[in-house]
Amino acid sequence: MTIQGGASAPPADRVLSDGDVPLKVRLRRAERVRKMTAFGLVAPLLVFLLLTFVVPIAGMLWRSVGDNELSKVLPRTEAALVTWDGKSLPGEAAFHALADDLAQAHADDTAVIAARRLNYDVSGLHSAVMSLARHHFDPAATPSYRDAVIAVNHHWGEVDAWGAIRHARGPLTDFYLLSALDLHQDASGAIHRVPADRAIYLDVLARTFRISLTVTLFCLVLGFPVAYLLATQPPKIANGLMILVLLPFWTSLLVRTAAWVVVLQDQGIVNDLLLWLGVIDHPLRLIYNAIGVHVAMTHVLLPFMILPLYSTMKSIKPHFMRAATSLGAPPSVAFVRIYLPQCLPGIAAGCLLVFILAIGYYITPALVGGASDQMLSYFIAFFITDSVNWGLASALGAVLLGATLLLYAVYSKLVGGTDIKMG
Amino acid sequence: MSLANHPQTLGQRVGRWTVWTSAVLVLFFLMAPILAIIPLSFSSGDFLTYPLPGLSLRWYHELLVSDKWLPALRNSMIIGVSATVISTVLGTLAALGLNRARFAMKPLIMGVLLSPMIVPVIITAVGVYFFFAPLGLTDSYTGLILAHTALAAPFVVITVSATLQHFDNTMARAAASLGAPPVLAFFKVVLPLILPGVASGALFAFATSFDEVVVVLMIAGPGQRTLPREMFSGIRENINPTITAVATVLIITSVILLSCLEALRRRSERMTTGKVT
Repeated sequence: MTIQGGASAPPADRVLSDGDVPLKVRLRRAERVRKMTAFGLVAPLLVFLLLTFVVPIAGMLWRSVGDNELSKVLPRTEAALVTWDGKSLPGEAAFHALADDLAQAHADDTAVIAARRLNYDVSGLHSAVMSLARHHFDPAATPSYRDAVIAVNHHWGEVDAWGAIRHARGPLTDFYLLSALDLHQDASGAIHRVPADRAIYLDVLARTFRISLTVTLFCLVLGFPVAYLLATQPPKIANGLMILVLLPFWTSLLVRTAAWVVVLQDQGIVNDLLLWLGVIDHPLRLIYNAIGVHVAMTHVLLPFMILPLYSTMKSIKPHFMRAATSLGAPPSVAFVRIYLPQCLPGIAAGCLLVFILAIGYYITPALVGGASDQMLSYFIAFFITDSVNWGLASALGAVLLGATLLLYAVYSKLVGGTDIKMG
Repeated sequence: MSLANHPQTLGQRVGRWTVWTSAVLVLFFLMAPILAIIPLSFSSGDFLTYPLPGLSLRWYHELLVSDKWLPALRNSMIIGVSATVISTVLGTLAALGLNRARFAMKPLIMGVLLSPMIVPVIITAVGVYFFFAPLGLTDSYTGLILAHTALAAPFVVITVSATLQHFDNTMARAAASLGAPPVLAFFKVVLPLILPGVASGALFAFATSFDEVVVVLMIAGPGQRTLPREMFSGIRENINPTITAVATVLIITSVILLSCLEALRRRSERMTTGKVT
C-alpha cells in the first residue's frame, strides 16, 4: 500500500493532520510497525527451528571437521611432533612423550579414547595404544624409549602410526571428509586413494545415486500415463482416480513397506501367482535384494512424481494439440512436438523431487534390501548406533546434505522460489 | 472438451487405449499391495499366505492384549498430538507473519522454515541426537516432541500460507473499520475463515509425526517406542499377522485422514473465496 505520487495528487509530505505529522512520515511509521509485527509473528517458529534443527545440524557439520579428542589425551606427544618431518621415525623425545602421555591416560581411563580415534586411521593402533598404556616403564631402566616402545608393539616402529597421531592433532581435520570419499592422507601429507579392500564409501555414494536415478526413471515412466489421464479426464472420473493416488500417498510408509514384504516374499502372492501360472517352477527371490528396493521405493515415491506432473499437465491448454492435429500432424507427432515440451517443467520438477527424496532414503532399503543394497543413510545410522564413529557419520551426513541442498537449489530455481506444492 | 464425440483415427484410438491400460496397471500397482495386506489380518492361520485357512479376529485380539502395541499407540498419540499442537500454533503465526509484509531476509527465513521438509530425516536425526544427548533430552517424550514439531512445522506453514493467499483481506479491513482491535479481528473474523486451512495443516503435521520412525530410532528409549518403531522391528525381525492387523488399522486411519482433508479443502475453497452458498 504505497501512495502513488501522481501529477494530480497533492504532494504526500504536505498533507498534514493529527498533530501536524506529515502523512509520509506516518505512512513510513505504519509500514515499520507492520514489518515489526510480521517479523514478530514469524520469530517464535524461527527461534524454535534454530534451536531444534539448525543448531543441531550445524553441530553435526562441526563434528565432521572437528578433532579435539586426541590432543587432550596426548598433549605432550603432539607437542613433540610439531617439528617432525613425517618421513622417518620421530626422535627419542616423541617416544618418551607418548609413553608419558599414555601412562597418564591409563591412570585417567582415557587411553581408550586415543585408541579408538587412532584406530579409525590405521587399523591395529587400538591394541598398540592399549598395550602401551598398560605397560609400565621404569625411567632408570629404560636407556632408549624408542626401542622400548617399539618392543611393546611393533606398530610404533612404523611412520604411519606417528602420522596418524599428528594428523589427529586438531582442532580441525579433513580426515573424516577424506575418509567419506575413500581418500587418505599419509604421514608425509600426500593424499591418495585408500586400498581397494578398504574403499567403500565412493561405492555407496555411487550406489545411492544409481538406485535413486533408476527409481526416478521408473517413477517417470509409470507416473506419466497416470498424470496424463488425471489431467485429461472429466472432473468426476479424475477425482475418483486421484483417490487411488492419494490413498497410498497417505498410507504409512511402514505399512507400505510391510505390504511389499508380504507380497514379494518367497511364499508371497507374486510368487504364488507365477508358480500357479507355470511361469516359474521354484519361487524367485524378490525381496531382500535390489529388486525389492527398487519396487518398494518406486511405489513409495510414485505419488511425488504424479502430483507435479499432473499440475503441469492440467495447465496445458487442449487447443494447441487440436491446432496441431487440424494442421495435419499425426497424434504421435503432435504429442512429441507440442505436448511433451509443455510438460517439461513438470517432468523436471517431479524427477528432481523424487531424486532428492530418494537419495535420503533409509527405512525402505533397510527393511527390503540386502546387505549390498544399502544407501548412504544406512551407513550414517550404522556409524552412530552400531560402530561408533561419529566423525565419519557426520562427514557422510555432510556429503548427503551437500548433495541434497545442491539439488534443491536447482529444484527451487525451476519451480520458482519457495512455492512447494503438495497434494 | 470431450474428444470421444469426434470421429477418431486408428492412431488416436490406439493412443487412448495405451494410456488407459498403462494408467490402470500403474494404479493397480499403487493400490494392490495395500489391499493385499488387509485380508491377511483376518486370517485364522499363522502364515501370511493365500488362500486363507479361515477367518478370525485372533490377530486383532492379539493386538489388544499384547504389552507392546497399545503402549506404542499411546506413545504415538502423546507425541503426535503434542507436536501437532505446538507446530500448528507456531506454524500458523509464522504463516500470518509471512503473509503480512515483506521484510529483510524474507526468502532466507522462508528457506529456514521449510528446510526440515527438504533435509533428509537421517541428518536431522543425527544432529538432534548429538545435540539432545548432553541435554538429557534423548530417551524422553520432550526430545521426541521437539524434534517432531520441527519436522511437522513446515507443512503447517505451507498449508496455512496457501489458504491465506486466497484470503480476501477486505474482511479483515471491514472488521478493523468497524472498530475491532487487531487481536479481536483475528479471532472473530480471520481465524474462523482460515480455520479449514489451519486444520489441514494440523492433519499434515499429525500425519508427519505419526508416521515418523528415523528420529524415533535414533533418540527414543524403550519407554517411548511408537507404532512405526514397533512396526520397524516387527518387519525386521519376524513379520507375523499381528503386523497386518496394525497395518489395517493404520490404513483405515489414513482413509479417515484423507477424507477429513478433502472435506476441509472443499470448505476452505468455499470460505476464503467469499462465495456465499
